[in-house]
Amino acid sequence: MTYLLLFYEYFKTGLFAVGGGMATLPFLYDMSARHPDWFTTAQIADMLAVSESTPGPIGVNMATYVGFQVGGVLGAVIATIGLITPSIIVILIIAAFLRSFRDSRIVQSVFYGLRPASAAMVAAAGLSVAAVALLNSGAAGLALVNWKAVALAAVLLVLTRWVKPTKGLHPILFILASAVVGVVFSF
Amino acid sequence: MMKKLWTLFWTFAKVGVMTFGGGYAMLPILQREVVEKKGWATDEELTDYFAIGQCTPGVIAVNTATFVGQKYAGIAGGIVATLGVVFPSLVIISALAKVITAYAHLAWVQHAFAGIRVCVCVLIFNAVLKLVKGAMKDAWCWGIFGVILVLSLVIDVSPILYVVAAGLAGVVLQAVKGREKK
Repeated sequence: MTYLLLFYEYFKTGLFAVGGGMATLPFLYDMSARHPDWFTTAQIADMLAVSESTPGPIGVNMATYVGFQVGGVLGAVIATIGLITPSIIVILIIAAFLRSFRDSRIVQSVFYGLRPASAAMVAAAGLSVAAVALLNSGAAGLALVNWKAVALAAVLLVLTRWVKPTKGLHPILFILASAVVGVVFSF
Repeated sequence: MMKKLWTLFWTFAKVGVMTFGGGYAMLPILQREVVEKKGWATDEELTDYFAIGQCTPGVIAVNTATFVGQKYAGIAGGIVATLGVVFPSLVIISALAKVITAYAHLAWVQHAFAGIRVCVCVLIFNAVLKLVKGAMKDAWCWGIFGVILVLSLVIDVSPILYVVAAGLAGVVLQAVKGREKK
């Protein structure tokens, strides 16, 4: 039964997450809210980090990880197949009339509205991760902010966006460096 | 035919292993494997597939694999290429998840993940900026962005609802703008 549910959840994700692997993130939050026994929101951030640092497209890695978390290797296979089934169907249909799809005004209009929405949902998911990573739960006032974490975030932001020599580096390097900082300064 | 499908599977498994992170990272690898080595698609076709893969549902890497596979070997090709691209993920993550779960209770592992989570925030932030750059055609798009952002933070409904509503809003807005032009 769990496997069926897992397939259904991931089929939905594959069908409605538009804009690549990161766009599946809001669906994971939705999933953990409705199936609290599957995984916690804190685990989502960890799964995302592992998915980003291992070979394979990030969306597929996250599906595999979530599936494994819920139901072992079989769960991993089922979640991944759930994720890719809508893609295969949709793309095979589009491939049949590629040109008219691309030039269709109605399709362009739909995506005109969809892209900002997708960006907004990923942003909201990012804020949920930030709440776990940058704030101390159960505290108030200035103690609420985890200053060590905020300082690390600021440094990472500068290094990934503005410092020329580090800007183009692979995310895995930043993830590894953050893990080391986390251990050394006991986050 | 069997041999064709087998080649597709292994080529895309290779592409899967060499892709790290988002689907964008996959483009140069696809160019080398699919265009230069195998000649299954031209550079131009690949760019088209990528563009469509980006705005259709699902993971970009999967969508592009389906496209290339079906062009080379029909529907079966589309399915096999897609299975190939996800195969390495299945093996690697399943192996890794076990290890991580086994050591998750150790204090230093928890510290490491707390640090990693901070990094993940920054990576998501950067991804959002990239998405925003491609999405904002005019002020209306920012409006949609703001409304959906606030709604998804405040109320708890399925993201599907937002996707459908935003698609409809796009159609309505473009229709209204088209009429104003005339």
